[in-house]
Amino acid sequence: MSAAPTLAAQTPARATDIQRVKTPGGAEAWLVEENTVPVISVEIAFRGGAAQDPEGKAGLVSLMTTLLDEGAGDMPADVFQETLEEKAIELSFSSNRDAVTASLRTLPENLDEAFRLLTEALASPRFDEDAVERMCGQLSAQLRRDALDPDDLAGRVFFAEAFPGHPYGRPTRGAIDSLESISRADLVSVHRKVIARDNVVIGAVGAIQPERLATLVDHLLAGLPETAELVTVPTVAPQGVGSTVVVTLDVPQSSIVFGRPGPLRNDESFIPAYVVNHILGGGSFSSRLFTEVREKRGLAYSVYSYLSPYDHSGLLLGGVATRNDRAGQSIDLIRSEIVRIADEGPTSKELESAKKFLIGSYALRFDTSAKIANQLVQLQLDHLGADYISKRNSMVAAVTEAEIRAAAKSLFGEGDLFVVAVGKPTGLPGAVVRAAPGAGGSKADAAV
Amino acid sequence: MAEATPAGAPGLKPAEIVGTGRSAGPEVTTFTLANGLQVVVIPDRRAPVVTHMIWYKVGSADESRGESGIAHFLEHLMFKGTEKNPAGAFSHAVAELGGQENAFTSYDYTSYFQRVAREHLKTVMAFEADRMEGLQLTDDVVDPERDVILEERRSRVEGDPGAQLGEAVAAALFVNHPYGAPIIGWEHEIEKLDRRHAIAFYDRFYTPNNAILVVAGDVGADEVRALAEETYGKVARRAETGARLRPREPEPRAARRVQLSDPRVTQPSIQRNYLAPSYETAEGDRAYALDLLSQIMGGGTTARVYRALVVDKAIAANAGAWYHGDALDDGRFAIYAVPRDGRALIELEAAIDEEIAKIAADGPTASELERAKTRLVADTIYAQDSQATLARIYGASLATGGTIEDVREWPSRIRAVSAESVRDAAREVLDKRRSVTGELVAAPAAASRP
Repeated sequence: MSAAPTLAAQTPARATDIQRVKTPGGAEAWLVEENTVPVISVEIAFRGGAAQDPEGKAGLVSLMTTLLDEGAGDMPADVFQETLEEKAIELSFSSNRDAVTASLRTLPENLDEAFRLLTEALASPRFDEDAVERMCGQLSAQLRRDALDPDDLAGRVFFAEAFPGHPYGRPTRGAIDSLESISRADLVSVHRKVIARDNVVIGAVGAIQPERLATLVDHLLAGLPETAELVTVPTVAPQGVGSTVVVTLDVPQSSIVFGRPGPLRNDESFIPAYVVNHILGGGSFSSRLFTEVREKRGLAYSVYSYLSPYDHSGLLLGGVATRNDRAGQSIDLIRSEIVRIADEGPTSKELESAKKFLIGSYALRFDTSAKIANQLVQLQLDHLGADYISKRNSMVAAVTEAEIRAAAKSLFGEGDLFVVAVGKPTGLPGAVVRAAPGAGGSKADAAV
Repeated sequence: MAEATPAGAPGLKPAEIVGTGRSAGPEVTTFTLANGLQVVVIPDRRAPVVTHMIWYKVGSADESRGESGIAHFLEHLMFKGTEKNPAGAFSHAVAELGGQENAFTSYDYTSYFQRVAREHLKTVMAFEADRMEGLQLTDDVVDPERDVILEERRSRVEGDPGAQLGEAVAAALFVNHPYGAPIIGWEHEIEKLDRRHAIAFYDRFYTPNNAILVVAGDVGADEVRALAEETYGKVARRAETGARLRPREPEPRAARRVQLSDPRVTQPSIQRNYLAPSYETAEGDRAYALDLLSQIMGGGTTARVYRALVVDKAIAANAGAWYHGDALDDGRFAIYAVPRDGRALIELEAAIDEEIAKIAADGPTASELERAKTRLVADTIYAQDSQATLARIYGASLATGGTIEDVREWPSRIRAVSAESVRDAAREVLDKRRSVTGELVAAPAAASRP
């Protein structure tokens, strides 16, 4: 296209104006002031997610997180939630392997009330007995529901076998028996250890003056312990590369997850690896995997690969879902595409197209307040610096063919993959075959 | 690409329709080109990007009997090229522009969109206008794509007993109307669809006078008008589609029950679906009252069904309600619950019936109604934060018989609903004779034949 953007010329104008607000109390929050729409979005993350779960208590951080809005301070759950609802304040909490995150959305006139509720939830959650039981019941129901879901099962088996003995190998949402072993004391203890002032990062977007944000943040943090007590999580490489596990399940389609080691977020090779993966299986309708597996042969509706840089392990992950009798053909094809791109590298044209896409589409990550707040937090979690947004497109533009070839070699290697297939796949010779967890009501069923 | 949107999909419910509210909201402009294409422009100047969507007023409910899935199949095939732009050219161009694209099919509409930097708006408009009349299909591209769709169906339905129950509930609820068939189509009918079906459907429904162009973003109405004249304006009216008359539902008289039991069900659940008037078919403020009713009954952790079943009785792990009212014909109101370990579905059902009886007798309390109104109106203000959300709200409303004014006035009409209206909506709509109750239960694995 003649109308293609000048490389590196585009930066997401609206979000580049990040203010690093230093509070009188010594904290820092990143702010993008935005006065056009009457919405304020705030995101707050604490380093230390499900990887902090003690052995035998998988799901503890996840359960603690879901309990933060189930009563706080002198407000039991129903009062807390009605108070949110009366002002249409949206407050939610989530966790992943590496962090616990609070997301807040409010109309500007309710900002003080919203921060009051957020502060109570983070500093003084009640962990009332009935609320604990209720959330345990909810999480258990979700675990039971997903126990035999082919995609979910494939993901859980992949992580369990790629990270044996490592916190990443445990299911982030826990298992039914591990949830049942969790006491109120466990919840109080992990809350004390994870929700603290020295592991927090904050992003805010909307009509807030920096001074006001500083005051709100200081008040928020005042109720939290000075330091988190995080267990050290070792940095490891995923295992199982070169092997295939089949979990037998009576479904007409095989859900397949595949992966191998990838770069960490701060590795120098991350950006070239990101670009070359985009060419292999990234998120447009032009990737090699999309073209070969879906467009040309109709083997699958979805096929993709992506880099998944956790704090303590880097992965290249991918997935495909295909009719059982085409599972072998699909995986062989994916493997041969990986080997081809590792051996030959992408073409110059592919590299140029990928750069254009990645540079041009960067602005779309910043088109709502909530998305900007999320970016502000992610940049801090990744130690990337407030100027990253203005530098990022130049870094993509600067990737050379030599760097891409080197990245392809190291990312894709000889094309060996760890493959987990759930279903009744054919054409996967040498696979270790496991039975699916029983479908009955036994309590440990959801654990893998 | 090409997702089939289930009924009640988040983001498309009237509950999220935007309007003026106390903050003025964007100044929306609409006009119609000579060939009948309606154009809607929604300004959002915060970032130099635009969302460009074309909405065809055709969905799975417009298919001929026996050809379920053709609307969605055609949506996939629209990416297969034209005389001017061979297969992949459009997607390649969007990718090179750093744009995002996708498409989706629903019961009443089919939509295609791209999100690009503002200076590329004309490029995507030209491509989209070209495929409004120039689609070219060969068996070489149609045949593999049918396999893709069968894989899509396997992913969405065949591997998920809950989705299979959903299909059975819809099929039982709509005894005469095509909403009873799944958007993606029945597997055995998809297998028989071919190039001729797709082209016939395309020639019948894909024409400027059956479409709505929605452009949201950093662009003015005059500029969009000029660009639209240059691109879409050159497309001839290809067909006269006439009124959208589908077979109507008879007045329902028999409460129905369906049960899906499968060894892969590891967590049972229950749902009750009622045939309910939509914004298009309802009289007076009934549809608005139903949106409030669904919020009050099951819109979150303070709602009645959640409070009663999950918190007070502690028999359910989760429970809620939804209303699908952005439909051209009668839609659905649903209540669902997931039991806690060891609790029977029948116990949950009785508790749901108790809550329905209460609200039908007494209506909502003043504070409940106020909370629900605050929540629904706030959603319309939050929606202003996303141009893509605004574009979807306007497109979905206009494609199901609504007007710009309906969208703009939605918050004030919600505010005007009385407690009596909500009570009356519960009395009339939550009547068992209008309902299908669906149960998802575990079954022992099939024994091998002796």
